[in-house]
Amino acid sequence: MDKQLKIALPKGRLLDETATLLQTADWGLSGYHETARFYRLESRRFPNLSAKVFHEKDIPIQVAVGNYDLGICGLDWIEELLVKYPSSALVKVRNLGYGEGTLYMIASKYEAPPTMEEMPAKPGIIRIASEYPNLAESFALNLRLRRFSVFPLWGAAEVYPPESADLALISGRTDEKLFNYDLVPVSNVLNFSAFLIANKGSWESKDLGEVLTSINNKLLAMEKHSPAAAGQYLPHHPKQVAEDVVRLALPDGHQQLPTLELLNKAGIQVDDYPSAAGNRRPTTSLAGVTIKVIRPQDMPLQVANGNFDLAITGKDWLAEHLYRFPSTPVTELLGLKFGKVRIVAVVSKDLAVDDVDSLRQLSAQRTAPLRVASEYVNIADKYARDNHLGMYRAVPTWGASEAFLPEDADLLIENTKTGRTLARHNLKIIDTLFESTACLIGNINSVSSPGKQERIKSITKALRTAVEDI
Amino acid sequence: MRVQRCKGSRDLSPEEMIGFRLIEGAFRDCCLKWGYEEVRTPTLEYLHLFTSTGTLTPGMLGKVYSFLDWDGWSGERVVLRPDGTIPVARLYIDSIEEGLQFSHKGLAKLFYVTNVFVFEPTGKETRERWQCGAELIGVGSTIADVELIILALEVLKRLRLEGIELRLSHAGVIRALLAKLGLSPKEQTSIFDQILDGDIDALARLKPGRPKLGKALSLLLDLKGKSPGFLKNSKAVLTQNLPELEPGLDDFINIVDLLEALGYGYQIDIASGRGFEYYTGMIFQLFWGEEKIGGGGRYDALIPLMGGKDIPASGFALYLDRLMNVVKPEALAKPQGERILIRAEPGQPEAVKGGFNIASRLHEAGYVAEVHQGSQEPANLRWTLDVLNKAPQFVLTDQINHRRFEVQTTDEVLTLLGGKVGQAKSEK
Repeated sequence: MDKQLKIALPKGRLLDETATLLQTADWGLSGYHETARFYRLESRRFPNLSAKVFHEKDIPIQVAVGNYDLGICGLDWIEELLVKYPSSALVKVRNLGYGEGTLYMIASKYEAPPTMEEMPAKPGIIRIASEYPNLAESFALNLRLRRFSVFPLWGAAEVYPPESADLALISGRTDEKLFNYDLVPVSNVLNFSAFLIANKGSWESKDLGEVLTSINNKLLAMEKHSPAAAGQYLPHHPKQVAEDVVRLALPDGHQQLPTLELLNKAGIQVDDYPSAAGNRRPTTSLAGVTIKVIRPQDMPLQVANGNFDLAITGKDWLAEHLYRFPSTPVTELLGLKFGKVRIVAVVSKDLAVDDVDSLRQLSAQRTAPLRVASEYVNIADKYARDNHLGMYRAVPTWGASEAFLPEDADLLIENTKTGRTLARHNLKIIDTLFESTACLIGNINSVSSPGKQERIKSITKALRTAVEDI
Repeated sequence: MRVQRCKGSRDLSPEEMIGFRLIEGAFRDCCLKWGYEEVRTPTLEYLHLFTSTGTLTPGMLGKVYSFLDWDGWSGERVVLRPDGTIPVARLYIDSIEEGLQFSHKGLAKLFYVTNVFVFEPTGKETRERWQCGAELIGVGSTIADVELIILALEVLKRLRLEGIELRLSHAGVIRALLAKLGLSPKEQTSIFDQILDGDIDALARLKPGRPKLGKALSLLLDLKGKSPGFLKNSKAVLTQNLPELEPGLDDFINIVDLLEALGYGYQIDIASGRGFEYYTGMIFQLFWGEEKIGGGGRYDALIPLMGGKDIPASGFALYLDRLMNVVKPEALAKPQGERILIRAEPGQPEAVKGGFNIASRLHEAGYVAEVHQGSQEPANLRWTLDVLNKAPQFVLTDQINHRRFEVQTTDEVLTLLGGKVGQAKSEK
């Protein structure tokens, strides 16, 4: 019997309580904390146990495919996998009792349907935005919605309704009555908490007893962690937006400051951006323009759907979108020079491969498929196709992608500024796909629309002048 | 690494294709003789064609192959055709809107042979299934329902399948009863879906609050019989308390009466109404032993639901993959034309040319004539024809009777093959 055990542990939301749990269980994991620079951990108590830290969303998949015997993550992400792939090799071992929350279908309280039963009768396409696209789709099918679109998101779903989506499926505290921007729950989709899960094969063939007992015995002794208190709500009363108003999306995250700097240089004033209170609807001095702050990853798809006319995103995310939807109405209007990264192909330093040709040879010699991990799944897929990497599988990841090599993936398509993080994780760059900077993208229909044309031109012109100054 | 076919998919061998084409041929021939016209719909359709209530059950929707197309940025999915009827209903609506006419005015009698894609988790059964389907759109009569049943049975008779069992149920009766049980529309749909997904105990599990309804329910569930009289008596009892059941039961009785008059055997079993959510009236299933080999029903609400006019329709499908397991091709196959292997004299371009020319002539005359490719000769070969560069141009050999003929012209070859062997000049 294989005595080595592997467990996938969550980053982010569940990290603190999971770390406390495992500390109470006396696992003796060193370096499992938010500021950890490495993702591989050993247990002092169980020398045959190794742990790796993942984004929570990746954990059910990693356990189901058998890369890990055990995992800890929220039930929300487990159900997101199982609802689409019910025959996944997963065993839900135990509810760990912390990290509780509820998935809600929410809508603007000014436009929410009185009951969900009335939704199928609503004319037109019902748009649902969510980080949980599979659960959102299942919800829509079970509700017998006739025509619906699910916008898969990287985040910030709460800023979409009512203008950019009719409904959003988001996680919140249990018993939440009101969300930011006057959104209200219209349906409880799932109550969740942290779960211990196991791979079905490991569950049947490996001795997990000692490790499982260590958690079970100590669990009851754990102090019940009360969920965070409700913060202040940001209200939003939707106003009728005139047809000629230009809708601009600005990025959240680390591109906020350089974006603001550029906007200011172009003479465009934006208030409360970046926002200390987490406000995603800043105001602007520009007449006839509304702004929302969303994830740069989500922007091309949103611009394609006409939910926004303009957006400041990265060329990497534009390419990711263009490879998936070649006839999209999204186009790059202006390169913005800041946020420069290289998109690179990366392998483990221990692999005897120095370029894509030797990778191709290696791939041809092996019997197992080449696993290509990336947050840019379409760029990765195209790279593998164009370079004839033979039998490969694209493995979508949700961050911390460098942790996948070498055990859980063979090739990584990743962005890098200096290459230092990659080097620290014992990885090497074998190819550069392209260079990416921030860019202004637009919907070609908006750009040529008589109502918006002039405004879009003047924004683009102001930004161009500012960029030329950089 | 061995190249494998996809899990849950199947190849059809030359031998299996003989069976496939025989069944398809019998089906096409019967449909054409009943005045039906053949159509073919695309493999890809929009998912929303199948999502609303009254189309596919959630159980079925959980097994469709749906994905985003290359221009699917709106998030609307496309699907590999999961059902034969709904796309034909869509074709009908499209055609009417585009002003196209079918050969019968106000009526579309359509048939198709198509594949449908349904996920099957073990991968042991095929996920791509072939169907022979017929739809009669534009009439809501007993005659239409009975015509479809007879057409389906006629195809099976052509395929020499004996002992087919015809099971009848009626969606209108089931729906009327569910509506009376005090269930919400959502619950009614859910129970109906369970019945359609094959959970025949779903009706029995219902515990109605009112005792009279309970009685009606158990009477209806026990409705298993082989005569119209039996249905008529049940109607007399049931409609006293449940007049809502009357239209459905009357329709059912009319169908059974006509089948009876025509001498067809059947089994009435209300609880066995397995099929599709779009069924509104008669439902029939065809069994050969334990194997369900086809089924159909009336679906009057589907076309209006899909945005078409208020047009009634009914149809059926035979399951080609299952029929291939039970039909014996050797009992049906017509003997093929005689097989001739043409061998051109090696290294002689003129002989090769002559070989191809005579192959064409032989094909025109209805023979299977193949050009020798250097491999072993086929096992069931009767004739070989050697094409030479000099006189005699052709040497025809009867491999079975061990006779050899030398001739000069293509016409002489054809004459010899036509059976007039004795008249050939150069027999040796």
